[in-house]
Amino acid sequence: MEPVHIDAKGLHYTPLNQQIRRAVSEGATEIIVDNVLGQRFIADGLKGEVTIRINGVPGGDLGMFMNGPTCIVKGNCDHAPGNTMDSGKIVIHGSAGDAVAHSMRGGKVFVRDDIGYRGGIHMKEYGEDHKPILVIGDNACSFLGEYMAGGIIIVLGKSDNTFGGRGVGSGIHGGEIILRGELKERQLGVGAKITEFTEEDLEKISPYIEEFCGSFEIDPEKYLDTKYTKIVASSSRPFAGKYVWE
Amino acid sequence: MSLGSVPLKYRIQIDRQQCMQCMRCVYNCSYGVFREEDDGNILIDSRKCTACHRCISMCPRDAINLSEHPVDYRSHPLWTPQAREDVINQSRSGRIVLAGMGNAKDYPIIYDRLVLDACQVTNPSIDPLREPMELRTYLGQKPSKLDIRKQENGEIKLNTKLSPNLELQTPIMIGHMSYGAISLNAQLSLAKAAAKTGTYMGTGEGGLHKDIYPYQDNVIVQVASGRFGVDINYLDRGAAIEIKIGQGAKPGIGGHLPGEKVCTDVSCTRMIPAGSDAISPAPHHDIYSIEDLAQLVRGLKEATEWKKPVFVKIAAVHNVAAVAAGIARSSADAVVIDGFRGGTGAAPKVFRDNVGIPIEAAIASVDQKLNDQGIRNKVSVIASGGIRNSADIAKSIALGADAVYIGTAALISMGCRVCGNCYRGLCPWGIATQREDLVSRLDPEVESEHVANLIKSWTLELSELMGAAGINSIESLRGNRSRLRGYMLDEGTLDVLQVKPVGA
Ligand code: SF4
Ligand code: SF4
Repeated sequence: MEPVHIDAKGLHYTPLNQQIRRAVSEGATEIIVDNVLGQRFIADGLKGEVTIRINGVPGGDLGMFMNGPTCIVKGNCDHAPGNTMDSGKIVIHGSAGDAVAHSMRGGKVFVRDDIGYRGGIHMKEYGEDHKPILVIGDNACSFLGEYMAGGIIIVLGKSDNTFGGRGVGSGIHGGEIILRGELKERQLGVGAKITEFTEEDLEKISPYIEEFCGSFEIDPEKYLDTKYTKIVASSSRPFAGKYVWE
Repeated sequence: MSLGSVPLKYRIQIDRQQCMQCMRCVYNCSYGVFREEDDGNILIDSRKCTACHRCISMCPRDAINLSEHPVDYRSHPLWTPQAREDVINQSRSGRIVLAGMGNAKDYPIIYDRLVLDACQVTNPSIDPLREPMELRTYLGQKPSKLDIRKQENGEIKLNTKLSPNLELQTPIMIGHMSYGAISLNAQLSLAKAAAKTGTYMGTGEGGLHKDIYPYQDNVIVQVASGRFGVDINYLDRGAAIEIKIGQGAKPGIGGHLPGEKVCTDVSCTRMIPAGSDAISPAPHHDIYSIEDLAQLVRGLKEATEWKKPVFVKIAAVHNVAAVAAGIARSSADAVVIDGFRGGTGAAPKVFRDNVGIPIEAAIASVDQKLNDQGIRNKVSVIASGGIRNSADIAKSIALGADAVYIGTAALISMGCRVCGNCYRGLCPWGIATQREDLVSRLDPEVESEHVANLIKSWTLELSELMGAAGINSIESLRGNRSRLRGYMLDEGTLDVLQVKPVGA
């Protein structure tokens, strides 16, 4: 089937999403949305096997509750792309705002450049097929991976800027945060700890790095070594020990 | 030096002359109070008792006696036994004290200082047996005006686009108690009861188990800060969606379900790994302002194609009215206010007993604020937190609520005795537990009937109360504060409630 073209110029998000849903229900496998400018909730709650090419800058909560589709954004994103997403993929050719992949339960979010604060907050995994992956090409801000309960966050630092944020993984009780380069203890949040990044870890994340680099035509070679810091939960019960019963 | 032990909370005694040694108490007590000795004697360990009353209710001979605080402290009005024991507990542990069920402090109960009106001579009362009483309630946005046009062919056409509303046959709904906090059988009983009585029950933040799917048309699905169990199918199944911002029992803080309660089934429903703590952060980390809240409200509506009402639940706190006014402008369809007596499986005691305001005052101030701003029609107001009977409901509605959520009362109708030990996961009534043998004690067929009976009887009483007041529609009771009087309430409170004192 030919790709479906939608012109989003001056269009409110509800009619835009209605057009997308209609195209998907009519069997479209590729939808090209041009002139996107701040429309929120694109592909919100959308199900199916479809690729949506978004040309422009979408508003917040792109791919919220999404289950299956792939969104490829040629531009930056506002806050929380991939919010509570279940499965599917979001590829951002640019940067994104705060709370990227908030509570994401499955699927992948790839951001070529930078993200704002609270990236991957409360990401969680469950079962065999729900393991969210957030890969950031360059850098992230503070409070990365807070309350994380599963999945993997990878920060590649492609411009060699060191990660300067703090509060990494506060309240983390599952999953892994993998940062290129070093991280100081004082940058960690409560309940997070640094462990060694091993060859096994590299083996585990290599496919994601390769897939990420493939999406942006970046040479993955440079990133396939063990120069990473791995941050995990110091306990899967971060609040045990804080309370006593009456 | 050790601090020694504190006195017993309860003493259990068996009248050995009455006892027939049937051992039902031994079998029924999940806390291990009773032990059968080799010689058939029953040993009692009163220290383990939680006053859940399971043994007492099962004993065929009424042989068991329970006394509270069997050991006296030196009496002192300030240093109550509780105050002393909390200090001792915290000196030992250095931790935050957790406690179960709702606010246990002896604050005055405003409901009990409000009286309802009835007709005499002038405006005659109505007999609900003879006259139809309208208790049907619609929750959701109402248009500020209707555009009705007569067409050429004489037919009347409504041009105003109506927002989706929930239709309730009674203004009583069952509040959010999650699978995990309560058992599946307990949830199933509530869902069946809601379906039987034409009302709704809330899932809480625990996802929607597939066994509840058959009742999904009577289920309100909750989206809380942990986003547990939330995916598009979950949102699609619910009759309405409720965003939980706060809870009356613990305003301002998140929740956390301890790992030991997260069994495989609970884990699948919540969509989290088994055995790990289920942590709900204090705020939603995509909501830091009213604008952000509006974003989530619209995000949920957009995901479900604007077909369902979205509620927002907040704890009743000091500035509840201003927050509710913000919510009314966020495209939400109802605001749920949970008063400081709201129940909970577990909350830090200092929060449970000290944070938030009573629901009665919160309803009145929210209703007043929304009226003052001319936006009362934009949201329905649902009240919860400590509603014990139909009079509390009538008073809530007269103060300005559209409907109420009941929680603890629904649990009591399934056996709960408000022992406050839900957090231990050993509820002998099969409610607040995941232990299979205990859960199987609760038969959803039977208990749903009990819950439905409770809702039916309260609905009957409501219509009687309304009839006596000469009111034949719940709409006419709503916000009708002239039908309330305050008895021994101070002037400040009367002013907030906008209620006159008795005799005035
Ligand atoms: S349930 Fe009552 S009669 Fe039976 S053993 Fe216990 S105390 Fe005795
Ligand atoms: S539900 Fe909670 S308060 Fe009620 S009986 Fe069970 S453990 Fe006790």
